[in-house]
Amino acid sequence: MNYFPDEVLEHIFDFVTSQRDRNSVSQVCKPWYKIESSSRQKVFVGNCYAISPERVIERFPGLKSITLKGKPHFADFNLVPPDWGGFVYPWIEAFARNNMGLEELKLKRMIISDECLELISRSFANFKSLVLVSCEGFSTDGLAAIASNCSFLRELDLQENDVEDHRGHWLSCFPDTCTSLVSLNFACLKGDVNLAALERLVARSPNLRSLRLNHAVPLDILQKILMRTPHLVDLGVGSYVHDPDSETYNKLVTALQKCKSVRSLSGFLEAAPQCLSAFHLICPNLTSLNLSYAPGIHGTELRKLIRHCRKLQRLWILDCIGDEGLEVVASSCKDLQEIRVFPSDPFVGNAAVTEVGLVALSSGCPKLHSILYFCQQMTNAALITVAKNRPNFTRFRLCILDPTKPDAVTNQPLDEGFGAIVHSCKGLRRLSMSGRLTDRVFLYIGMYAEQLEMISIAFAGDTDEGMQYLLNGCKKLRKLEIRDCPFGNAALLMDVGKYETMRSLWMSSCNVTLGGCKSLAKKMPMLNVEIINETDQMDISADDRQKAEKMFLYRTLAGRRKDAPEFPLPSGIGFSSTSLPSSSCEDFQTVDGDMASNRASNEKLGTIVNGSVSVNSWFLADDKLYQTQHCATPLLQSKVPSYASPPEGEFS
Amino acid sequence: MGGGAEYENDLNFKATELRLGLPGTGCINEEKAVSGAKNNKRPLLETREERGSKGKSDPQHDEQETDPAPKARIVGWPPIRSYRKNSLQPKKAEAEAAAGMYVKVSMDGAPYLRKIDLKVYKGYPELLKALENMFKLTIGEYSEREGYKGSEYAPTYEDKDGDWMLVGDVPWDMFLTSCKKLRIMKGSEARGLGCGV
Repeated sequence: MNYFPDEVLEHIFDFVTSQRDRNSVSQVCKPWYKIESSSRQKVFVGNCYAISPERVIERFPGLKSITLKGKPHFADFNLVPPDWGGFVYPWIEAFARNNMGLEELKLKRMIISDECLELISRSFANFKSLVLVSCEGFSTDGLAAIASNCSFLRELDLQENDVEDHRGHWLSCFPDTCTSLVSLNFACLKGDVNLAALERLVARSPNLRSLRLNHAVPLDILQKILMRTPHLVDLGVGSYVHDPDSETYNKLVTALQKCKSVRSLSGFLEAAPQCLSAFHLICPNLTSLNLSYAPGIHGTELRKLIRHCRKLQRLWILDCIGDEGLEVVASSCKDLQEIRVFPSDPFVGNAAVTEVGLVALSSGCPKLHSILYFCQQMTNAALITVAKNRPNFTRFRLCILDPTKPDAVTNQPLDEGFGAIVHSCKGLRRLSMSGRLTDRVFLYIGMYAEQLEMISIAFAGDTDEGMQYLLNGCKKLRKLEIRDCPFGNAALLMDVGKYETMRSLWMSSCNVTLGGCKSLAKKMPMLNVEIINETDQMDISADDRQKAEKMFLYRTLAGRRKDAPEFPLPSGIGFSSTSLPSSSCEDFQTVDGDMASNRASNEKLGTIVNGSVSVNSWFLADDKLYQTQHCATPLLQSKVPSYASPPEGEFS
Repeated sequence: MGGGAEYENDLNFKATELRLGLPGTGCINEEKAVSGAKNNKRPLLETREERGSKGKSDPQHDEQETDPAPKARIVGWPPIRSYRKNSLQPKKAEAEAAAGMYVKVSMDGAPYLRKIDLKVYKGYPELLKALENMFKLTIGEYSEREGYKGSEYAPTYEDKDGDWMLVGDVPWDMFLTSCKKLRIMKGSEARGLGCGV
């Protein structure tokens, strides 16, 4: 292969699209590394603190599309203080400064300010796509900047973000010359939108294929919009309350008859179920249906709707569908691949689905491989049946609303049930468990879950052995998150090298102590070990025996981050890192300014400086990972050790 | 919010509770205090540790464990995104609001009473306008000093203590929780209420 000129290699590499494959390609030899790096356009960074933007820019000068993830997953459930971090500004600022031709930006669980949105809109002439998932820190003013300045914008996709809504003028900011929109999703915006501007925008966007409206778009406007978008593939209905006999409803039916391309339906944020029959026209072609924000749709109307959806592949629903409703799904939707059943009343804790619905799904839907299931109760027998029926599960997430509830029939722990799942589902990559669970379940997981990459555990286990089984057994583990389990230092420190093969570890309300965390950080220079203590008096010279309330550790090439909140504030975060001999304030990151009060300026403080080290390589030797400041001979005459994957594997 | 459900089974401590906040406020704060978990850390972890020290599960112990303090809220449980939680809760609040908050409205001299749904109105101006429309009269504008001077009528309400109060003195939310019924006073009686109180 080395006899081919570079252009030929580059052309061949163009066919290699998956990031994991491209990472592998880059590891073959130095010339391949060079060519691959210079030609790569799309990068995924699973942890924005694992690497610095400067280093990414240096390695991939042709970068056009980047995905960044910020906060740990458990931030979704309010376990991470709001000022923890995840600021995207340093990345955007670095891209702008280096004149990168950025076209696509996708962020998840990050903080992005209006200033940052404006910077994006002004810095990248070909900017085409902005996708924000579970982000915060911005308002509709930032959206206005994007709308105004990005002349070739194709995609603006806002999923479940916390957006400060300054009303709907941002929609009017799309210039009349903007006709390139393909995808527009503003379902998460809480405020009003300028309906006339919306109509005009839709009218001049012939390529629009995906449109998700928020609750402020009423039925008559929806109907007018649909008349103009006969090629729509993905529709998110906003508000759907109306009188079924009205003229508007009839017009809607007419409009829907024209929309023969709709394959994906969502929304119904406020819905009167008796009016769903208009959508029965679309149902036979639907492959994706999301009614998880429509508590008003249940009972017979819901079941009627489902019966029409014979081609459904993906279904997100609330538990008010009940076991009965799930049986209808099982008998109607033979193509179903993914289902998520969310709780409609999370606080009262009376989920309407049980193990019965789960078993029905497993037996009725042969292609089902991904499930998220919030339920009232579970039994080992059911799980064993499910495992037998559906060995093809790749993602299995079960959440019993009472997190320590045992088998509802036998009162036994659910170890055997989950054990059956991991034993049978050989391709299982993601697992979440709940219910009464002992160390035994971890023994099973360690033994059988060979492909497992991500696991979430809560209120489970008895001793350190539980966690040890996991760490010992799951060779492909990348993300481990644990809360409220009796795992301590012995488990944490059992195999410290393991954490370099993983993206991150989260442990909260467990038994690990400050001392344990410090010890780990001392041993592992490539890890950032962050401790989050939210008690009012976190004394830095605190006893090492004090428990670490929350600990988040992750491998990184960027060293300690400089944008962490000041320590020790009430929501202080402390760092332990390699240079920490004993507790001392200087070793802990402090940040100028008042982090908690001013988010906008916080982002600017977050510039990660890795500038003095111009490293474009790393190398493996002696089964360990080394970051070098001078070594320019990367890779790999020797075999790649099986557990140590390159940090750029971080990108996957 | 579900907070209301929690207190229904109590001895109605809420009503007799002394606190610094205004009546009608504080429900949300209490919600947050419970789920903020500063004082409520690891409610189940202690039980986990107990079990851990036992080494194996004890069925009897388990049964007790499976009925934790009813509706004890654990931070971050069930694990659903805040966005989703927040979008469901307003539905509950809406459902409660949909039930309405109807109070009787009497007017001096009228042969029968009326009923209105207080939740429909966003504030005093709307309420007063509605009353004006309903009874075909003019109440005018509220002022702290002089009540509804210039009008023959004064809108009053009976509060939880049984006292007759002038509408408009307290914040709207507080008014909503304390108003039991409305009465539109007329003439000299009305004027007496508006002055020098």
